[in-house]
Amino acid sequence: MAATETSSSNPSLFYRLFFDKELRSVTIQVITMALIFAFFFFIVNNAITNLEAIGKGYSFSFLWDASNYDINQTLIEYNSRSPHWRAAVVGLINTLLVAVAGIILSTIVGFLLGVLRLSSNWLINRVVYVYIEYVRNVPVLLHILLVHGIVVNTLPIPKNALMAFDGTLFLTNRGFYTPKPLFEPAMWAVLIAFVIGVGFTIWFKGYAKKIQDATGKIYPVLWISLGAILLFPTIVFFLAGLPVNFEYPELKGFNFKGGLVLRPEFVALWLALSLYTAAFIAEIVRAGIQAISHGQTEAAFALGIKPSRTMSLVIIPQALRVIIPPLSSQYLNITKNSSLAIAIGYMDIVATIGGISLNQTGREMECMTIVLAIYLAFSLMISAFMNWYNKRMKLVER
Amino acid sequence: MKLFKTLAVSAAVALASTSGAATAGTLQDVQARGELNCVVTTGVAGFAAPDDAGRWAGFDVDFCRATAAAVLGDADKVKFIPTTGKTRFTVLNSGEGDLLYRNTTITMSRDADLKLTFLGVNYYDGQGFMVPKALGVTSAKELDGASICIQTGTTTELNLADYFRANNMSYEPVAIETNEEGQVNYLAGRCDVYTTDASGLASTRGTFDSPNAHIILPEIISKEPLGPAVRQGDDQWADVTRWVLNVLIAAEEAGLTQGNVKGHAAKAGSNVDINRMVGTEGDFGSMIGLDKQWAVRAISAVGNYGEIFERNIGVNTGLGLARGLNAQWTNGGILYSPPVR
Repeated sequence: MAATETSSSNPSLFYRLFFDKELRSVTIQVITMALIFAFFFFIVNNAITNLEAIGKGYSFSFLWDASNYDINQTLIEYNSRSPHWRAAVVGLINTLLVAVAGIILSTIVGFLLGVLRLSSNWLINRVVYVYIEYVRNVPVLLHILLVHGIVVNTLPIPKNALMAFDGTLFLTNRGFYTPKPLFEPAMWAVLIAFVIGVGFTIWFKGYAKKIQDATGKIYPVLWISLGAILLFPTIVFFLAGLPVNFEYPELKGFNFKGGLVLRPEFVALWLALSLYTAAFIAEIVRAGIQAISHGQTEAAFALGIKPSRTMSLVIIPQALRVIIPPLSSQYLNITKNSSLAIAIGYMDIVATIGGISLNQTGREMECMTIVLAIYLAFSLMISAFMNWYNKRMKLVER
Repeated sequence: MKLFKTLAVSAAVALASTSGAATAGTLQDVQARGELNCVVTTGVAGFAAPDDAGRWAGFDVDFCRATAAAVLGDADKVKFIPTTGKTRFTVLNSGEGDLLYRNTTITMSRDADLKLTFLGVNYYDGQGFMVPKALGVTSAKELDGASICIQTGTTTELNLADYFRANNMSYEPVAIETNEEGQVNYLAGRCDVYTTDASGLASTRGTFDSPNAHIILPEIISKEPLGPAVRQGDDQWADVTRWVLNVLIAAEEAGLTQGNVKGHAAKAGSNVDINRMVGTEGDFGSMIGLDKQWAVRAISAVGNYGEIFERNIGVNTGLGLARGLNAQWTNGGILYSPPVR
């Protein structure tokens, strides 16, 4: 009975499936989604089944066992008795350190090279051009190995350390050693002065803008800000009676002890990543500046705006709109490329939890899940920040 | 619940292994493929490394070839899969490799937790330290505060951490992914010390321009029984590969060599041990799914254990390793194969 009913009332449905555009597209989308889900279900199910077949579970309990290995660069307390999760945090901090340091240096060098690339001086712009083309077209791993090789092979061993600035800086192939500042309690006053300086600058900037809007009078905001942020804490620092001591590095046995050390692995990774990425940023900056038509400059001059203000108020804000989106992807690249650290023995997240811990516990699925989640989180955070900044710089249409 | 799960899995495994052709064992897979996938290192001179002609050669490599000769009848039908310390178990467990011969230390956690089946020991090793002679160090106890280069992804890091903690000394570890990069760092003076298994140190030192400028310290800080492994759960394949290893060791003890094995195989002699190995008495090959000539093929392809040792890593090679612990038990070593009978 039911069958005859369907066939009698549903020809229109079949008909519509073929000829109703909306229904057809919805059906296709539903089927596609179902297939995608089925595919991922198959992949995950396959992994679970196979792990179960060889009797390996999926558990993160190993993270609380002692790691049993040492790490040379630890910014937090860590030793071979610490648990695996702490080793992961040490690696995470090392990754963050090299990524942030790399982003800062590559931005500075990149902007400089980008501007020099547009220089009207033939020699300068050709030299920069050759540099950029060379650096961009060699894989970053080779740069890392090259810089590391140079640092390790050309600098002397600790016994013959190069000394600079009267025993305060030692250059060796085990690292660059400098005195470590030890702060006395009075240093708090300097810190407070710095915070006050920053607060004042923010207020003053708003005040100066208000005055300018109302009367057209322009205050030297930059100089007053610099004075508040740098000069004021410095004066407090001297008034407090130089509340800082230094711990000097000393050669004891095989190595220098004490002081601050920049290890060659960090230096090599940092410089190589920065210089490599700077070449890309230089091209992005050049493109951004060239995207602004020369008419804009001429129009600003015609209105009697000074060249320096033309640059800061007319050209740069517009160029930034072109620069920021590709710049964020370079920042993402530098973060992800830092995972090449293991090649030279820099203990980043891939080398600790994704390397030694993985190998010693045999938990490859779990360790790789952690590393994956961390890189994903980093990348999404950088993207979110750059999107926010991009929105701020966007053309406001009225 | 857990018991039920275990029962279900073992039932499934039992079912799979009895259903024969439908889900063939590794032995059948290898024979059907006509090639043995052997997991080795990315290059440790003397143990496993491509030679000048690009052909894989070395101590571990010869065991792979012996296995291929026994199983496939041709010692050249081996595909070598180079792996780092990190990837070796994954490659084996995923089924990409059939057999692992990669200076791998047998440990309880690897055996039980990583689901491997170890076949026996083919080299008794221990972790040692190498330092430049110019440093003037004569004992590992003098290494307080030193920078130490480690090849990462091994049991080395564990032993090192334990040793320095036990002796209340500090050190700076420089963990490096490959042996090559480790050597570069050590030679450049980035580290005072290079540490890995003593055999690996000898191998590394053998490749230096001036090997005599470096010494290996007397302290051996760990037990490193290196042995081959297969995936857990295929007992037939484990038997085949285990007895290829055993027969090569037993052959040396019995005096069966690459040169005389064919002669012994032609006619039963008076030594019953030899007769059993070469198939003139009993049919031991069929017990592991092979024919009577399995051991003859293995031995005539690469020689017995002693011949493999001397050709690749012995005193007359660049590595210059003495037999030491790896001598037969009858010669003051601890190499002791269960009898073929």
